[in-house]
Amino acid sequence: MMYNKLIFEISQPGRVGYSLPKRQFTKYDIKDLGNHLRQTDALLPEVSELDCVRHFTNISKKNFGVENGFYPLGSCTMKYNPKINEELVKTMSFAKLHPYQPISTVQGALRAYYELQNALSEISGLEEFSLNPFAGAHGELVGLMVMKEYHMARGDFKRTKVIVPDSAHGTNPASITVCGMEAVEIVSNDQGMVDIEALKAVLNDEIAGMMLTNPNTLGIFEKDIVEITKLVHEAGGLMYYDGANLNALLGKVRPGDMGFDIMHINLHKTFSTPHGGGGPGSGPVGVKDFLIDYLPNPRVKKLEDYYYVANVGDAIGQISGYFGNFLVALRAYSYILNLGKENLMQVGPLATLNANYVRQALKNDYYLPIEGYCMHEVVFDGLKDNPHEIRTLDVAKRLLDYGMHAPTIYFPLLFHQSIMIEPTETESLQTINDFIDVMKKIAKEAKEDPDTLRNAPLSTPITRTDEVFAAKEMIFSYKDYLEYINSKG
Amino acid sequence: MFKYFPHTKDDIEFMLKELNVSSINELFSGISENVQLKNDYDLKSSMSEQEVRQYFKELSQENRELVIFSGMGIYDHYQPSVIDAITSRQEFLTSYTPYQPEISQGTLQYIFEYQSMIQSLTGLDVSNASMYDGATAAAEACFMATSISRRNKILISKTLNPGTIKVIKTYFKFKGVEYDYVEADNGVFDIEDYKKKLDGEIAGVIVQNPNFFGLIEDYTGVADATHANKSVMIQYSDISALGVLKTPGENEADIACGDCQSLGMPVAFGGPTIGYLATTKKHVRKLPGRICGYTTDTEGKRAFVLTLQAREQHIRRAKANSNICSNQSLMVLYSAVYLSVMGKQGIKEVNALSYENAHYLYDRLLGTGKFFDNFKKPFLKEFTLETTISHDLIAQALLEKGIFGGFSLGGISEEYDNLINFAVTEKRTKEEIDRLVEVLEGLV
Repeated sequence: MMYNKLIFEISQPGRVGYSLPKRQFTKYDIKDLGNHLRQTDALLPEVSELDCVRHFTNISKKNFGVENGFYPLGSCTMKYNPKINEELVKTMSFAKLHPYQPISTVQGALRAYYELQNALSEISGLEEFSLNPFAGAHGELVGLMVMKEYHMARGDFKRTKVIVPDSAHGTNPASITVCGMEAVEIVSNDQGMVDIEALKAVLNDEIAGMMLTNPNTLGIFEKDIVEITKLVHEAGGLMYYDGANLNALLGKVRPGDMGFDIMHINLHKTFSTPHGGGGPGSGPVGVKDFLIDYLPNPRVKKLEDYYYVANVGDAIGQISGYFGNFLVALRAYSYILNLGKENLMQVGPLATLNANYVRQALKNDYYLPIEGYCMHEVVFDGLKDNPHEIRTLDVAKRLLDYGMHAPTIYFPLLFHQSIMIEPTETESLQTINDFIDVMKKIAKEAKEDPDTLRNAPLSTPITRTDEVFAAKEMIFSYKDYLEYINSKG
Repeated sequence: MFKYFPHTKDDIEFMLKELNVSSINELFSGISENVQLKNDYDLKSSMSEQEVRQYFKELSQENRELVIFSGMGIYDHYQPSVIDAITSRQEFLTSYTPYQPEISQGTLQYIFEYQSMIQSLTGLDVSNASMYDGATAAAEACFMATSISRRNKILISKTLNPGTIKVIKTYFKFKGVEYDYVEADNGVFDIEDYKKKLDGEIAGVIVQNPNFFGLIEDYTGVADATHANKSVMIQYSDISALGVLKTPGENEADIACGDCQSLGMPVAFGGPTIGYLATTKKHVRKLPGRICGYTTDTEGKRAFVLTLQAREQHIRRAKANSNICSNQSLMVLYSAVYLSVMGKQGIKEVNALSYENAHYLYDRLLGTGKFFDNFKKPFLKEFTLETTISHDLIAQALLEKGIFGGFSLGGISEEYDNLINFAVTEKRTKEEIDRLVEVLEGLV
């Protein structure tokens, strides 16, 4: 039977799992704080160290990581997270530096930060980066702040609208709103690309710029990208590159060369830092030279051989307490050094080869809405021959039974049954063939044994969950849980 | 061949043949030649693992590990070894956001446990699954206040950490939120000034306890005045301190936020840390970010899922509460493991030891006759003194002894010119504290 306890349920009064130094100064006593102290103890567990380790080890077994098996989650770039990256950040001095330490004592950290900035500039074709943004969505917000600040600084206060294609990630329009601007959505054409006429129709002197993911969320390269950037620039807007799909372009195309002015990079996608179950990521923002002064403070700069921290007057301000998720950035730098230029050049091509191979192999079983080569990921629109109306959700859940993670589903929103598959460059032909076999088997099951799919998964730690109950009962803590259990008697 | 790329020459040839193309380049034929890269990146050539190690070692040696007597939001607390062991497990480390609950119960359960612990530490009803850091959590808390009250002006306590204020101001500038400050009265939040500034435009107030001087504030009457004005009270706190100090819930705050770095995370040059954000059930739909909830599976087994997702950007797009997508999940695990091993007793003990150590240093510094306390208010592990000795001289003298201590507040505002802040955790030994005092005694 699978372990099924909460940490609170193995707690016993009086047990401890820590060892702290002895008291050194008994003449002082925290009880002297009197009324400033909380009235009751916090409801925290009391467990021994082994209890704690077993608990978390047991629940970890209910998770699926990249090292468990194939993880073709589209738009997420679930590549291998190299071990050396982890070793370096843990065994060296970096984790022991206080962000306010004297600059002379953090030269190595600042140098790593500075060199990574430069490497990202070279890879992206943009002049300068800030590593301070914490994640992709945070990078979007910071990049949009740069865009807005640029127009404001020129006294062009009318430009408050930002164009996004209807295929964009939800974070794009949400970031625009948080930045105090307005999202203008344009429809995609029947090839899933930006419709040039639709774009022209919304361009005017209120447009601050356009956000674009390229390859787009359908895994397709915007073939008119040069014309798109030209049109937006002619209308006085700036081009923002959403780095979510940058992996496809490594070694082939640089955003700066396509005419983008601002971008963010998801280091946790393209540069192999672990996703951590949903963070911490890192979302560096890069800009063309005319926007450098607007990058967020603090900035890391270099004078001869000395690295220093500067606060620039024209900057958008500060968007993080210190230097962002610094240890995450360090892992990305380790990855770049490991690969070097020759292997970085191979990332996009091999990822693209993998995705096209999957496209070709599955297009007889799954409906391919857009013909032609894809980039690093391929999007299908559900099963092709589907007499029992099996949904994409069922296909995804069945994959879990076969020991694979599901692809991204129901995104992009342009199709009703989207299945978005991203087989990164770290996946072998054998792994991909296994996946293809399973996907074909599921397509067959959909015709012959539809109920198995509707009930899948069956071999996982839990089966499908009651999401309506969760939203209705709103049990968000152990306290809520106990109250709920007690109320049921 | 390269160790992270499994493709053999034969594999590539086979795959190209299946695709009926002669080279990988053909797959990129839709991309205009004009924008395609002509040359290799101008970067270093691939390094062997040994060379990367050596390179990082050289970088690492350009840093200096110091004995830390400073805080200002980042504290040098003890890190139980179990944290690294558990957070290094690949099932936690390499997985994605738990979109498939059937194979993500590990992540979802620790998020639920974390939310439970934050709920109890803050004394409020519901915590989300975390924010990026304390400062961005504070900014989002202020946005929540504007959304709840449908007003657009925030009052910021002048005793809020200046770094946090900087981040909040950036967020406000772009979203178009107005603000004003509440003055400090002898180092703490001035409730009289606050009451004067409360009017029909005020969405809410953000206060910090212990504040950035390290002083413990008394919020008697603050919540009543705030609620009478239909505004929202936000309390920012170092989460560890809430293990012993009066909770935001006891202060009747509506929102609690802050940083969890003090829960066993390394100082790490400032990141990653993690922000917490908690509120009352009444305002849960205004809470940004992920929330994990209890449910059952089709067989009635206990399960956890991400819930109330209709608030979030992937559903509501431009109308979402926030643009936040993921959380700081691995740091949620750090926090949950730390609070599990420290538990009910440990969280109190770590605060008591820090309190004792800090008060010993405080007394010794006053004893030198060179440091003065203008505030004379209770504090926990961090305190601020006045001295006429040059802060640069102090920093330099301490550095020679391998100590980083005494954060000069002079750079923040002229009125703080002679003020210097110290933080002392349970890690500091008597010998280290005495060494610091000895250095400062010798300065004029």
